[in-house]
Amino acid sequence: MAKITLNNLAHSYYPKPKVEDDFALKELNYDWADGEAYALLGSSGCGKSTLLNIISGLLHPSQGRILFDGLDVTHASTADRNIAQVFQFPVVYDTMTVRNNLAFPLKNRGEDPLYIAERVQQIGQMIGMEAELDKPANSLTADAKQKISLGRGMVREDVNALLFDEPLTVIDPHMKWELRTQLKSLHHEFGHTMIYVTHDQTEALTFADKVAVMYDGRVVQIGTPQELFERPQHTFVGYFIGSPGMNVISADITGKVANVHGTSLALNRGYKDLNGKVEIGVRPEFVSLTEGDGLPVNVRRVEDVGRHKIVRADLFGNEINILVGEGVEVSPDMNRVTFDPQHVNVYVNDWLEAGEVA
Amino acid sequence: MEKTVNQKAWFLILPVLLLVAFSAVIPLMTVVNYSVQDTFGKNQFFWAGLEWFEEMLRSERMWDALGRQLMFSAIILVIQVPLGVFIALNMPKSGIWSSFCLVMMSLPLLIPWNVVGTIWQIFGRVDIGLLGYTLDALGISYNYTQNTFAAWVTIIVMDVWHWTSLVALLAFAGLKSIPDAYYQAAKIDQASRWAIFRYIELPKMMGVLMIAILLRFMDSFMIYTEPFVVTGGGPGNATTLLSIDLVKMALGQFDLGPAAAFSIMYYLVILLISYVFYTVMTNLDKKGG
Repeated sequence: MAKITLNNLAHSYYPKPKVEDDFALKELNYDWADGEAYALLGSSGCGKSTLLNIISGLLHPSQGRILFDGLDVTHASTADRNIAQVFQFPVVYDTMTVRNNLAFPLKNRGEDPLYIAERVQQIGQMIGMEAELDKPANSLTADAKQKISLGRGMVREDVNALLFDEPLTVIDPHMKWELRTQLKSLHHEFGHTMIYVTHDQTEALTFADKVAVMYDGRVVQIGTPQELFERPQHTFVGYFIGSPGMNVISADITGKVANVHGTSLALNRGYKDLNGKVEIGVRPEFVSLTEGDGLPVNVRRVEDVGRHKIVRADLFGNEINILVGEGVEVSPDMNRVTFDPQHVNVYVNDWLEAGEVA
Repeated sequence: MEKTVNQKAWFLILPVLLLVAFSAVIPLMTVVNYSVQDTFGKNQFFWAGLEWFEEMLRSERMWDALGRQLMFSAIILVIQVPLGVFIALNMPKSGIWSSFCLVMMSLPLLIPWNVVGTIWQIFGRVDIGLLGYTLDALGISYNYTQNTFAAWVTIIVMDVWHWTSLVALLAFAGLKSIPDAYYQAAKIDQASRWAIFRYIELPKMMGVLMIAILLRFMDSFMIYTEPFVVTGGGPGNATTLLSIDLVKMALGQFDLGPAAAFSIMYYLVILLISYVFYTVMTNLDKKGG
């Protein structure tokens, strides 16, 4: 277990990167606290696997340093870093039994056979495969194989960190839930530093204490699920997290007033001298559909998803999503929207503008 | 849905039937025909029953040839399979050198059999051949036309030169299909180089290796041209393998009956051994290598 420090870290797959766009992973400084569970969230190709492989030592960064508990491990091998990693697709040693698969990392490190037997039994129980321990690994389903991979990742107690690279891709939905819960309880029990890569927001938000959202090779925000929901630092975070994502509407802002296509909206905070692309972001949860005042919208359709309704509407030619409670009737006269000023965020060139409370 | 019965549909398989008849069934039946008859020339044939088969089963000559044949196939498999795997493991995995190696290794496979035979026939000659001359100059007694051991070494080395590439290429294809994650996982699990080979590479290569072994067995068991060109089956009968003996009997002595019986048994032996190979290997595969 260790604190992992990333210092000026960046990586490019080109031998001589020139412009910033050449970098698959843009410069990054961060401390991953000891014993916390993190998720790296982002769409495919955003650099999350690159970052994970750099931490695990499978990839060496083009610049910067990685420190484990203050010790520079930038050039240390995977084995020396003493980390465990679980991959997207199950990796099992086909010719071995489940038991031997789980024991393999311990045997390679020359552990005491008695300890190995005991530990393997324990892990077998943990992943719910006690009954299959003596079966050959290649006779099992993809689910079960991935459980073996997870088990092999957790079999060593002294690892500095446990890394997961979209480990539940091949698992059935109901098993996903179960395994995720198990991982979480393991985390509570053993307190390993865990980093979990995924493109599924539900997975990230339920698993992790803190979620790092990545976009185009950059970590755009690291925060608790609540922070990501309430104060997205970047329009991408707002858009990517939430279902549906945050509405982003272009606006002119002077002081505490936003002007959206000729209609003024009061803001909670004051903003000065905004240059560039100015937008306001407001989550569908904080938009209300009314008959009274507000911005005029054309309701296109209403999707009833059970817990609530999603109203898809048109605001000056842009799509806007509105969340309406289950009990509320959507009438044809409701053609205006208002925003909860508490939850309106202002973005300049896609980045959150803090503003001043005045 | 009700099945439509239309007997005319049989005509649709007629082309295939004809093709198979002319390419396989009729030639095979001619051989069967010869094997149960005797002739004294003039195209007159007499029924002989299973006499030729009985005679061939009692023939020391055939058993000797079979023994030599089995030894030849066993030796080349024992050399070519591990060597091919070893080469595949050490080949560059990607880039220009990988392509270069692939092309270089494919070259022997493209050379016609009798040319390979001629190359080695000359290469091994003590008077003008580079290999033979060099060995002779070094004081090593080497003469494949007189020395049984030298003759065997020559045809085995020739076969290894000609066909190891096939095993290597197939093994290489098997290796290339292993996802990187396996190697990464092995690194994280601190597996030794040997363990990576034993638990990842070998099991993943098993499928293609099976094909390689089967192909090499069948080919080597039927080998004719190369040893015939190099040694002509000699010295004496030392390198007279099954097919060389068969041709001697059928065309040299014109003993069509025994030769036909011989051919059929030869065919059955190949079929049997290939079947055994295949069953054993697929069972191994099911159990996981």
